[in-house]
Amino acid sequence: MTQIATILLVVWSFVIPCFAVEPDEILRDPNLEARAREIGKALRCVVCQNETIDESDAELARDMRRLVRRQIIDGHSDQKIIDYMVDRYGDFVLLKPPFKPSTWVLWFGPFAVFCLGTLVIIRKIRNISHIQMKPLSAEEQDKLAEAENNGTTKL
Amino acid sequence: MIKRWPFLIPLAVLIVLVAVFSKRLVDVDGGIDPSFIPSVLLDREVPEFALAPLPGRGKALATQDLSGGISLINIWGSWCVACLAEHPLLMELARQNTIPIHGIAWRDNPQAALAWLSRHGDPYERIGLDPDSQTAIAFGVTGAPETFIVDSEGMIRYKHIGPISADAWSNTIEPLIRSLEQ
Repeated sequence: MTQIATILLVVWSFVIPCFAVEPDEILRDPNLEARAREIGKALRCVVCQNETIDESDAELARDMRRLVRRQIIDGHSDQKIIDYMVDRYGDFVLLKPPFKPSTWVLWFGPFAVFCLGTLVIIRKIRNISHIQMKPLSAEEQDKLAEAENNGTTKL
Repeated sequence: MIKRWPFLIPLAVLIVLVAVFSKRLVDVDGGIDPSFIPSVLLDREVPEFALAPLPGRGKALATQDLSGGISLINIWGSWCVACLAEHPLLMELARQNTIPIHGIAWRDNPQAALAWLSRHGDPYERIGLDPDSQTAIAFGVTGAPETFIVDSEGMIRYKHIGPISADAWSNTIEPLIRSLEQ
């Protein structure tokens, strides 16, 4: 048990810090570097499509990280830097889709489907409890008695 | 009584999904690139940039070089195989003097770029070196080659991703340039 736990822990420790940021890119000021990492986490590498620019080894992602850091040093705000990228690559460059009318389906869709499903289930349950059991007719009662006498379940 | 029709809903959903997905498949077969990112820079001004020239070749490229006439900007690199495929078309356009062609040598080594141009021909009027993608990112470039048509007011009017095919040139880009000239 402890062995498995140890293996999992070791494997896990390899999984988490997955950054492609190279030592020569890192800013001297840890606060500015932390801001650069936050921005990097929000931006998609446009040539790999499913990684942040911080995670990607692509050359374009590296140059995007450099640009982010250059703009931080130039005193741009985080939002301004992200806007700069969105201005050029569109919402696509954001890993988290923005909240606006064209993305409402994305944000509300799952909840809508969930609510719809809940409604359907509630209605079904209600229907079942409302079903009136009709008493067996005389003929059916005879058949049932006969079946029970014969010890067979087949009616 | 429980109605029967609600059981048809999943089937209806399935049919809709199949329709949507098959349309997408047909589109991709019909030449629509699934990784295509629509350009947000269309009908906007060319970003501010000023790039260094290729050493020993002359004319550099900056934003102000793009006003005063329709021009074509080609993002290219000597490392880029697709650019080589596109190259004969650019050479032909330069030979016919169709439109001023400017190049942005993206992430390229100046020596390698010069060697490539002397080997395959040089269709460019001006070339700017963009070694760290700063201008490429300003143009929203995702890969090479990419081509922009800029009008005489310095507005981006068209973006082509990938090598320009003869078909794309004669059916889309050339008519667009003609309409811009009027």
